[in-house]
Amino acid sequence: MVNKPMLGDLMRDHGVSRRGFLKYCATLASAMALPPMMAPRIAHALENAPRPSVIWLSFQECTGCTEAITRSHSPSIEDLIFNAISLDYHHTLQAASGDAAEHAREEAMKEHWGKYVLIVDGSIPLENPEYSCIAGISNLDMLKETAEGAAAIVSVGTCAAFGGIPHADPNPTGAVAVSDIIKDKPIINVPGCPPIPIVMTGVLAHFLTFGLPELDELNRPKAFYGETIHDRCYRRPFYDKGLFAETFDDQGAREGWCLYKLGCKGPTTKSVCATVKWNDHTSFPIEAGHPCLGCTEPDFWDNGGFYKPLSAPAGDYRKLAQAAVGAGAALGVGSAVLNRMGKSKAAANHETVDAHDLEKKS
Amino acid sequence: MNNPYFDLLMWARGPGFDIALTVFVAGLLIRVLEILVLGRKRDFSKAKGSPVGQGIKTIFTRSVPRKGLVKFAPITYIGGYVFHIGFLVAFFFFAPHIALIYDLIGISYPAMGRVIIESATALAIIAIIALFWSRMTDPVRRALTTWQDYLLLVLSALPLITGYVAVNKLFGDGTLMLALHILSAEALMVAFPFTKLTHAFTFVISRYYNGAIQGRKGAES
Amino acid sequence: MTATFERGLNALREQIDAPVASFFSSCVSCGLCAEACIFYRETEDPKYTPINKVEPMRKLWKREYTLFGRLGKYLGLAPQITDEELTEWETLVYDSCTMCGRCTMVCPVGNDITMMIRKMREGMSASGHGPVELMGAAVRHTDGTSPMGDLTKALLKRVEQASAVTGIEIEVDKPGVDYMLMLSSHEIASGEEMIASVAKIMDKAGKTWTISTEGFEATNVGIQLGNKDVAANLVSRIVNAAEKLGVKTVISPECGHAYQAIRWEGPNLIGREYPFEVRHIIEVLEQFRAEGKLKTNGKDDSRITFHDPCQVVRRGGVCKEPRNLLNMVASDFVETDDAGTMNWCCSGGGGVGANQRANDIQAKAFNMKKRQFEKVNPEKVVTMCAFCHSTLEDQLEANDMDEIEVLGLTEMMAEYLEE
Repeated sequence: MVNKPMLGDLMRDHGVSRRGFLKYCATLASAMALPPMMAPRIAHALENAPRPSVIWLSFQECTGCTEAITRSHSPSIEDLIFNAISLDYHHTLQAASGDAAEHAREEAMKEHWGKYVLIVDGSIPLENPEYSCIAGISNLDMLKETAEGAAAIVSVGTCAAFGGIPHADPNPTGAVAVSDIIKDKPIINVPGCPPIPIVMTGVLAHFLTFGLPELDELNRPKAFYGETIHDRCYRRPFYDKGLFAETFDDQGAREGWCLYKLGCKGPTTKSVCATVKWNDHTSFPIEAGHPCLGCTEPDFWDNGGFYKPLSAPAGDYRKLAQAAVGAGAALGVGSAVLNRMGKSKAAANHETVDAHDLEKKS
Repeated sequence: MNNPYFDLLMWARGPGFDIALTVFVAGLLIRVLEILVLGRKRDFSKAKGSPVGQGIKTIFTRSVPRKGLVKFAPITYIGGYVFHIGFLVAFFFFAPHIALIYDLIGISYPAMGRVIIESATALAIIAIIALFWSRMTDPVRRALTTWQDYLLLVLSALPLITGYVAVNKLFGDGTLMLALHILSAEALMVAFPFTKLTHAFTFVISRYYNGAIQGRKGAES
Repeated sequence: MTATFERGLNALREQIDAPVASFFSSCVSCGLCAEACIFYRETEDPKYTPINKVEPMRKLWKREYTLFGRLGKYLGLAPQITDEELTEWETLVYDSCTMCGRCTMVCPVGNDITMMIRKMREGMSASGHGPVELMGAAVRHTDGTSPMGDLTKALLKRVEQASAVTGIEIEVDKPGVDYMLMLSSHEIASGEEMIASVAKIMDKAGKTWTISTEGFEATNVGIQLGNKDVAANLVSRIVNAAEKLGVKTVISPECGHAYQAIRWEGPNLIGREYPFEVRHIIEVLEQFRAEGKLKTNGKDDSRITFHDPCQVVRRGGVCKEPRNLLNMVASDFVETDDAGTMNWCCSGGGGVGANQRANDIQAKAFNMKKRQFEKVNPEKVVTMCAFCHSTLEDQLEANDMDEIEVLGLTEMMAEYLEE
């Protein structure tokens, strides 16, 4: 492995001004809700940090996370971030293939043992490990093998973080998350389907600058997953006022009213989509008129339906309700008939009261 | 990896709701049919007024207290009204609940703003506290109160409290509070057929009978 | 047959119907019925809360008439009522309830608690519980012609006296007439005034009428005691007499429970419709007034107020009528507070007045009426029930207020009848 140039050198070579670079660091800082004074620290770390080896494993995934991170629009800066790391193994992006590719991975592991960062996207099938293999090695084996020498693991995308779409009911492949298999390494979950590009790079930047970020109980960085969509949504005033879109093309939809009734999972979804947005602050699903799917949360594919409001029952209860009506009616009438029979019996047993035997004799 | 709060929420929205709905629907039907099918003997006396008309009228007019009586049991009257109206406003006019109703029976109508909903909720909670206190201290209420009455006050307060907490993010995880809110509503549903909560439906029948009996005699009801 | 707990339990069982089931299902233990009850209000003892008075019946309903209650019974969770409990409840059901009906008017969920008390008494009376005075009256009326024994001779005497005083011929047992008048034993005992008044009014109105010697007693202790067998026996006499004579309308006199007995309970006690009408005497007078057949002359200018008998007004629907009539003959008619449908019980109805054991609590309950009168300060109180009449007289005397005269409305109308 040749000594790669430091980020500072690269920037100069690419004609990126220091000012532009610092602006990017400021953006990152604010995206992580860090005070502005942290920006220079981020800049310093990025410029001078030794470029850690990064191995990126792709398992049962759609490649959307890779697509997202490379689609990041912030110009060459994120390219440079990529160059601030040494991406030693990545199926989609690497030039090598076949044995050479696997050899590159093994070499990187050996050379940087204990220090390399393992990034994973995609879930791991356990039902039959042969469902997903790379170079004849099952995902399960490759993960276990590669994780052993990693300094930390970043599970990018909901599939790696929580199992994602393959994990959805009925989960035919027995798909699980990285954290269901690796128990002895620090894991940062960066869920999303896909995650926001700047979130992915921001987590990496944070890791390079400050080490492991503060994580929530689902091991997601609090900086990017600390607040719900609902609490930062620009349509919140309409929720509060009671103005809702009822269909996708009614007046409410056109006026940009709250999408709760169309199934928005904003209230239970933690993500920064509402503030950081996508495509360089262009928009996010709700702004485009579509309810939030809740894609940064575990099991979001089984959250009752994307178009079913959170307050509505998730199951198919109608048949059950009909059965309950039938059972209730039958039992009710049955019980009432028993009641009437008891009453008739009482009437039949009626002992006529004579005025002379009103007093108890005993 | 899974989010236990989310799992709880999905259980509440899934099997929890199924169980609660079954118990609620079947149980209520049993209770109501048990009343109606029991029937009553035909009245051979000649009617002076109109039983059916007055029966129906009384369903509504009995909601207004007789003049001069409120001052003798103010907490019961006022607390009762504030609780019922607050609860009904908060339940029927909050948009997420309207979405639920729409899912259940296909009826939708305009929602009220959060300020009204929250005021109604807060007032209803205060009313429950007052009613609880009244049951503990007022001699008449105390003599009539059983553990069930206290339990039902608590069960009635829980959806109000958890709803308010969930919407306002007062404390706790948002998803967990929502799950608890739905579970508390389901607890009420399950308690319904076995307790005096049935009055929410049977009051129509009892008020009707009152009006019909009095109305037949040409008397007020 | 003797009075046994089983007999009573069975009788109570027979009384549960859909209205009762709906009432117990809807009760939320709010206690508002207590605020309406004269006995609670004047003693502030929570045990007099009306719904509490029917607690044994509620237990029976729960245990035997609900699915969940029956299941609870198998689990040992549904308590059974006992004879001791019925004994304990006797004073609640009989001594501290006149079946005045106010609780029925205020219950927010519409419970007719009064009706439930009436039904509860079926179980009580059949199991040997109840005030001995009412039991005695039942025996006397069943064996004789009235709760005071056989009043036939006294009745005929009164008829004779009334005829003499009015100069109008009064025929008893006359068939095919418009009206058959009943009388309460009280009225027969106290004098001929009622008969005379009716004679004068009927004469002026041009109506035919009679009194049957086979069915003249209006009161029905079966109602106060709460026993449908006794009540049916007693009311049948009236029905038979009326049918035998082929009268068009039976008049229930100034008596509260008599009106309930003949007008509302009677047909159901005998299980069929009457071939005749039933009217309270005041309803008849009001009809005459509306038809221009009752004309008066002059007015009483003393300060007069009216007492609404519970069974006639609140439980019987005769509220406007007495006021229309009284306004014809009173120039200074003032209403008490709560006059009309929500007026307060005289404290003597429902058997309480006859019940010696209840004397103290009745006296306490009367304080409500006392305060009503004190506030209005009338010279005279008019009413249209003989038992209210005598209760008011007795209680006013006991309270040193007997300068207030108590009058019956029918008599007053007759007094001012245009010559």
